[in-house]
Amino acid sequence: MSGATLLKETGPREVFCGLTSIVWLHRRMPDAFFLVVGSRTCAHLIQSAAGVMIFAEPRFGTAILEERDLAGLADAHDELNRVVKDLLDRRPEIRTLFLVGSCPSEVIKIDLLRVAEKLNNELRGKVTVINYSGSGIETTFTQGEDGALKALVPLMQTTNKEQLLIVGTLANAVEDRLIKIFGKFGIENIHSFPPRNSTNLPSIGLGTKVLLTQPYLTETSRELKDRGAEILQTSFPLGVEGSRKWMETAAKAFHVPQSTVDATLEPLIARAQKALAPFIEQLKGKKLFLLPESQLEIPLARFLHNECGMDLIEVGTPYLNREMMKQELDLLPIGTQVVEGQHVEKQLDRVRESSPDLVVCGMGLANPLEAEGISTKWSIEMVFSPIHGIDQAADLAELFARPLHRKNILSQKKPQTT
Amino acid sequence: MELTLWTYEGPPHIGAMRIASSMKGVHYVLHAPQGDTYADLLFTMIERRGERPPVTYTTFQARDLGGDTAELVKGHIKEAVDRFKPQALLVGESCTAELIQDQPGSLAKGMGLNLPVISLELPAYSKKENWGASETFYQLVRSLLTDSEKKSTDHSTNKWKKEGRRPRVNLLGPSLLGFRCRDDVLEIQKILAAHGIDINVIAPLGASPADIIRIEKADANICLYPEVAESTCLWLERKLGIPFSKTVPIGITATQEFLKEVHEILEIDSGNYSESFTNSRLPWYSKSVDSNYLTGKRVFIFGDGTHALAAAKIAKNELGFEVVGIGTYSREMARKVRAAAKDFGLEALITNSYLEVEEAIKNSAPELVLGTQMERHSAKRLGIPCAVISTPMHVQDVPARYSPQMGWEGANVIFDDWVHPLMMGLEEHLIGMFRHDFEFTDGHQSHLGHLGGLKENKSSQPREELTDSSKELCWTPEGEAELSKIPFFVRGKVRKNTEKYAEEIGCKQIDSETLFDAKAYFNSKK
Repeated sequence: MSGATLLKETGPREVFCGLTSIVWLHRRMPDAFFLVVGSRTCAHLIQSAAGVMIFAEPRFGTAILEERDLAGLADAHDELNRVVKDLLDRRPEIRTLFLVGSCPSEVIKIDLLRVAEKLNNELRGKVTVINYSGSGIETTFTQGEDGALKALVPLMQTTNKEQLLIVGTLANAVEDRLIKIFGKFGIENIHSFPPRNSTNLPSIGLGTKVLLTQPYLTETSRELKDRGAEILQTSFPLGVEGSRKWMETAAKAFHVPQSTVDATLEPLIARAQKALAPFIEQLKGKKLFLLPESQLEIPLARFLHNECGMDLIEVGTPYLNREMMKQELDLLPIGTQVVEGQHVEKQLDRVRESSPDLVVCGMGLANPLEAEGISTKWSIEMVFSPIHGIDQAADLAELFARPLHRKNILSQKKPQTT
Repeated sequence: MELTLWTYEGPPHIGAMRIASSMKGVHYVLHAPQGDTYADLLFTMIERRGERPPVTYTTFQARDLGGDTAELVKGHIKEAVDRFKPQALLVGESCTAELIQDQPGSLAKGMGLNLPVISLELPAYSKKENWGASETFYQLVRSLLTDSEKKSTDHSTNKWKKEGRRPRVNLLGPSLLGFRCRDDVLEIQKILAAHGIDINVIAPLGASPADIIRIEKADANICLYPEVAESTCLWLERKLGIPFSKTVPIGITATQEFLKEVHEILEIDSGNYSESFTNSRLPWYSKSVDSNYLTGKRVFIFGDGTHALAAAKIAKNELGFEVVGIGTYSREMARKVRAAAKDFGLEALITNSYLEVEEAIKNSAPELVLGTQMERHSAKRLGIPCAVISTPMHVQDVPARYSPQMGWEGANVIFDDWVHPLMMGLEEHLIGMFRHDFEFTDGHQSHLGHLGGLKENKSSQPREELTDSSKELCWTPEGEAELSKIPFFVRGKVRKNTEKYAEEIGCKQIDSETLFDAKAYFNSKK
């Protein structure tokens, strides 16, 4: 039985679309290029979400549809073919090209699969072209990564060798650390997906046990399961509790003796708890409201309540996959209000009524709430920061403690804004 | 289909959002999918706004498309009107909704709402942000003024004399996400007040629909930002006979010309604008002996049309720079920029590709780049000092202090903002000069980071990039050594000139003699 009360809401939303995941995916696989087939809005969205980070020629771009593409004066498929070839001439180092569908390309039904197949035939293995949709009419924010990874699964070779596959983008340093700890368990054959190089895809098959690092990989895990992999059901590696369960699940699957697990993790846990202590002081008893955006809201709420003592007013989530979130929902305190979907105006009314100490929200809402005297934390920071694993638990807590601490040290609590 | 890695302007509905967010009592219902809500962060993050843009996104999803999206739109419109109680409603669509053709504007008009409804048609697949802002402002003004019953047909610019009052003007064009609009408006207000001219309405920034209706009470319009306000000013002139000023008061000369133009339009007798020398420090600072250093500095300019044009004039006439490149991403302003470029003996760069701009910067080897945030990035990569003069901008271009671009104070700000990066470049050179002194601490970090003058000696790569255009020529090691003795901030220019000279005389190998020959040759031509 779940500890949470599940509610649904519809209405105007305030969330990113799946294209936004390109911002971290292109950093993860430097030999891949993400070409959005869309409009100027798509291009503007990605560059705005990426903020100031375009200090070189980026590994993402947009094939912008123009009037003549829509009026049928030019065949959109031929045009895309041309744009791709120009791009590949310009960037010969690209090994994998993702054609990313958008709202407009979905509505006018550009067949990206067909374009990709045709290009694959012509390019004969020099570059692999695959497609997925990051459109906002179908996907939310982090769901874009789900689409991209799902598209890569068919390219994976088959192996029936026993292995642990860690799935979902992690900061490289965090990933290295987690693999090292699994090494101490005696689990040696470990691979990551997505890989750090798009051509270095792991193999998959009956001996593969999948550990998900991120809660938004519904479709990908379904595909991996279809390829024979076992998806280990567990919590997500955020905070000490979640990370411990996560690692223990892997240990159990690989028949690692509990004594080895304890011997490895106990010192880490003791150290993490010591590091967490000062932040717990700051977070304890503070009221938290999470608006839906990154899909990490439920595991974050679990960490901030169970380990940091925060009170949960409402936990928003853009969509809810009950199967995938089951373990997490069970860990939430009884009666926690989990709201799937959004009516941003009504939700903001509830924020104001409940006068929370901290709101986790998107970048568009943060300053307006701050101007009302409500402290905020950007949810997008969670997908850029190294927050996974026991060693990162204190860093994760610090992200939420900082706005509260800052509010304390500033003399003007509620500044006048322009 | 056009491959775009980064775009200077957003889609046209972002322009509409700029108008709606600038105003009071206006709400914008935008038929758009959820991802389009990213646009809010432009206002709340870049402009640091403490309020959300007054925009309701219908956020339709794929599953809605099979059903009745028109009902969905109407539901959102009704809810927005009930909740926000605007005095005027803008209704439009973003790129995706344009394809579904729900015509939200007509839907809204058919709902019998008791407020002005302005339907916006902003073609997302052919137009861009500034056009969208201009069109929205025009539609809004036209619609509100056409609806309002009282129309003054007897407009004349000296009516103020007959009525025995001070002349009054509207300031049109300032908007959110425009470059320093907030402060420009204050500066222009201050200057006009000093000349006995009152402000009737400022729009769209801070104006309500009721203010828009008062626009016709002005004796003249001041078109501060042609990108946003020119079409509105033209319509007001045609329909209501209100004339408008065309000079954008950025820079000392332009501000003087602006005052002259406004006085002429309003038929005020007064011809002395020598106040510039008392109210702005730019003329004296530029004359002072210290500024000899600025003479002939090579400057590359890129931005929106208005700011690029103004910058070029200031650079040449008020600071004594040499303009070595000018361009704009504003297609609507291309003609004016081309004409200005011609006056400088240059060809204007009209493009939406920042890589093309970067290439042009490399090829013209400037000592200072004046551009948008993207040129700041490019200049940083190339190790060239840069000042930002135009949108698109980042949060640091909305400074806490009063820092207009227009008027007398604007000229002060410009002097500081442009000269400061150059002085930092000079400092870089001095660090290089003193680095062999024993007092000098190794590892001194300059603001130009790893691309600063210090390290340039050690790597030949940036220099090779600078000379892409002359691959047949080669420098002997001895020639390179002589070149490296020249301060880095003029080295690019010397290299360029020497190569040009070598090419002219048909010399393939450049040694120190060629370098000195070239120097003498160009000196003799001055």
